[in-house]
Amino acid sequence: MSDATLDGPVLSADGKPLKQSLNLALRRQKIRALILIAPLLVFVLVTFVAPIGSMLMRSVQNTAGTDYIPDLMPNVVVAIEAWDPASGEAPPEDVYRAMAIDMATAFESKSHTQLGRRFNYEAPGISSLFRKSGRPASSWDIETDGPFKEKFLDIDSGWGNIEYWAAIKANSGYYTSSYFLAAFDAQRGVDGISMKEPDQRIYQKLMLRTLGLSLLITFCTLALGYPVAWLLADLPLRTSNLLLILVLLPFWTSLLVRTSAWKILLQEQGVINNFWIALGFTERLSLINNQLGVIIAMTHILLPFMILPLYSVMKTIPPSYLRAAKSLGASNWTAFWRVYFPQTTAGIGAGALLVFILAVGYFITPELVGGADGTFISNRIYFQFAVSGNWGLAAALGTLMLVVVLILYYVYDKLVGVDNVKLG
Amino acid sequence: MAGSSANDAFVAFERVQKSYDGETLVVKDLNLTMPKGEFLTMLGPSGSGKTTCLMMLAGFETATHGEILLDGKPINNIPPHKRGIGMVFQNYALFPHMTVAENLSFPLEVRKFGKSEREEKVKRALEMVQMGAFGGRRPAQLSGGQQQRIALARALVFEPELVLMDEPLGALDKQLRETLQFEITRLAHNLGITTVYVTHDQTEALTMSDRVAVFDDGRIQQLAPPDVLYEQPQNSFVAQFIGENNTMEGVVQEIKGDTCIVRLDGGEVIDAKPVNVSKVGERTRVSIRPERVEFNKSRLQPGAHTLKAEVLEFIYMGDIFRTRLRVAGNEEFVVKTRNAPDQVRLKPGQQIEIGWLPEDCRALDA
Repeated sequence: MSDATLDGPVLSADGKPLKQSLNLALRRQKIRALILIAPLLVFVLVTFVAPIGSMLMRSVQNTAGTDYIPDLMPNVVVAIEAWDPASGEAPPEDVYRAMAIDMATAFESKSHTQLGRRFNYEAPGISSLFRKSGRPASSWDIETDGPFKEKFLDIDSGWGNIEYWAAIKANSGYYTSSYFLAAFDAQRGVDGISMKEPDQRIYQKLMLRTLGLSLLITFCTLALGYPVAWLLADLPLRTSNLLLILVLLPFWTSLLVRTSAWKILLQEQGVINNFWIALGFTERLSLINNQLGVIIAMTHILLPFMILPLYSVMKTIPPSYLRAAKSLGASNWTAFWRVYFPQTTAGIGAGALLVFILAVGYFITPELVGGADGTFISNRIYFQFAVSGNWGLAAALGTLMLVVVLILYYVYDKLVGVDNVKLG
Repeated sequence: MAGSSANDAFVAFERVQKSYDGETLVVKDLNLTMPKGEFLTMLGPSGSGKTTCLMMLAGFETATHGEILLDGKPINNIPPHKRGIGMVFQNYALFPHMTVAENLSFPLEVRKFGKSEREEKVKRALEMVQMGAFGGRRPAQLSGGQQQRIALARALVFEPELVLMDEPLGALDKQLRETLQFEITRLAHNLGITTVYVTHDQTEALTMSDRVAVFDDGRIQQLAPPDVLYEQPQNSFVAQFIGENNTMEGVVQEIKGDTCIVRLDGGEVIDAKPVNVSKVGERTRVSIRPERVEFNKSRLQPGAHTLKAEVLEFIYMGDIFRTRLRVAGNEEFVVKTRNAPDQVRLKPGQQIEIGWLPEDCRALDA
């Protein structure tokens, strides 16, 4: 009966190879498991993965409205190929002719203004040329009305601007790098890619500010949250449960309400300032609409995300470790620093990672209490997306943000080790 | 007892009381002295106050009233880390983020020993518990028994004069426990350390200690060497708690010096030694060890009282036979006999007569 005496594969009781029977048995389980998670999987794919993927794609897609530039301007794209902006001369007649054909077609479908807006991101001022030229161009006869260069220049002398034509040439493909260049505060001129003037590098500044403030907020939540978590872990269960509810209380209130509450507390004529004046001071403090306001409000809002992982890790550390350290001769501080603290690093890691990543993407709070110098990159992304309608740039900034966070996560993994992170 | 006077006591509890809530006393008026080098075990059921006493000695709890002296000096106001007392915990409390060697080095580092001296002491301590090859391991890579050896080495590495052990073997299996019991006593005696050991396992207490303090209800019920404790329990709690024990209740009928006669509630009359009874008519609970019950009449003293008994169950346990009897209405009366060639094996249903030497049957408090 022993399987070991048989040559070849081990058989199950009914004579099939054991591996096959095992796979069959497991396959049923796997299919059942898959069916159970299928609704969630579909939901996540449809509502999360697909929109984000398509959004990220927009950062490189060269479109005006919903159509790609080469589809809207098929003739110009081909004709402009031969022209070299570095020559210092405006494009030859055949490019203008191609523009006349494409402009007329675009005017038919009312997409010439979208084209104008698209190129305006690259070369400010160009959108009015498209707006003005659509109707005249639609009335020209391509065969007889040439040359078109003069006709375009008659409508607007801007059509002779080499920079405009360079922008069109640079963005004539299906895909473009110009959004990412803008996100990096770079520009493409007639003579290639260069950084913008230092005082115009707004995204770099915003990115650094976002990361810096997020880091500061993470430290603040750690400094405030660590003692609280320790207290919670140390107290008898009844008391600690009650206090834990107080920690979680903010979660039951809308983020908007909490942020507005901070506005009321911190504003110039607010509760804290009135109290400050009542104490006898004459200067009112500016606590809001600046970075300080963002730090105060976000530290408060993100505090539970630091306390909870810390608490769950501290809960697992038996009090006998500290006692053992003291019985071995360690003072209170040494016992804490050498024995207790190293065991909480997993919680610190989890809390810090959570708070930092949440802070980096925060939007509402900086928008409401941040003023001019307290806004985050997310506020700028929102502006590009909703106000100026430049989805490509918004997508590029979003992608950049995602990459930065992923890089930080990687560095963090190398330094701390994500395996060591405990969320509970 | 040598060294038990308060003058040369190394450890002394003087009228110590402890209350956690201000309403009930966990430790009630504790007086205890220990000479240097003694191995003393605090034995008792959970909630009897033994661990509280240990924690007060270690400095993790403060006495509500009374004085604790170490080497003649009161230590109530000395923080735990300045007491210089080694301690072994039930869950080992080895620091998980340090290696074994780092764990052992920790008490030496906080005492500012030099590096070479630390390494020397750590090496010696590891060899002492036969764990010399494990210095580089993490506690999680060791078995329970190995972890406890390391915990022991860590408590001894800075050469404290007093070591406290709080149920250190509680989490180990029986065989390992016995090995370590032997090892701990050997180490303690070889190094001449004064040891206070807390346990609820009476076998452990009996086999390891010089003296055992039996705790119940916040008081020491009896403080005596193991043999005295087992053979001459002072009250029925100690008799019940230490070893197996047959009890019967009755009234003292007659006291004659070292012996007395007790009339059991069922009317039977037996011989006993008065321990906690002083006058005729007092209610008493008599206690007799299963191995001291005799059913071979020739071994009893002439004139000794005997009791009728019916054999209910006979269990063969290898080295001994365990026989359950019905005696004076008590169906849990146990007799243990040695498995010797001439030993009688009783059969269920058999009617016998049992008796004992009067000094083996102790008339205690009811």
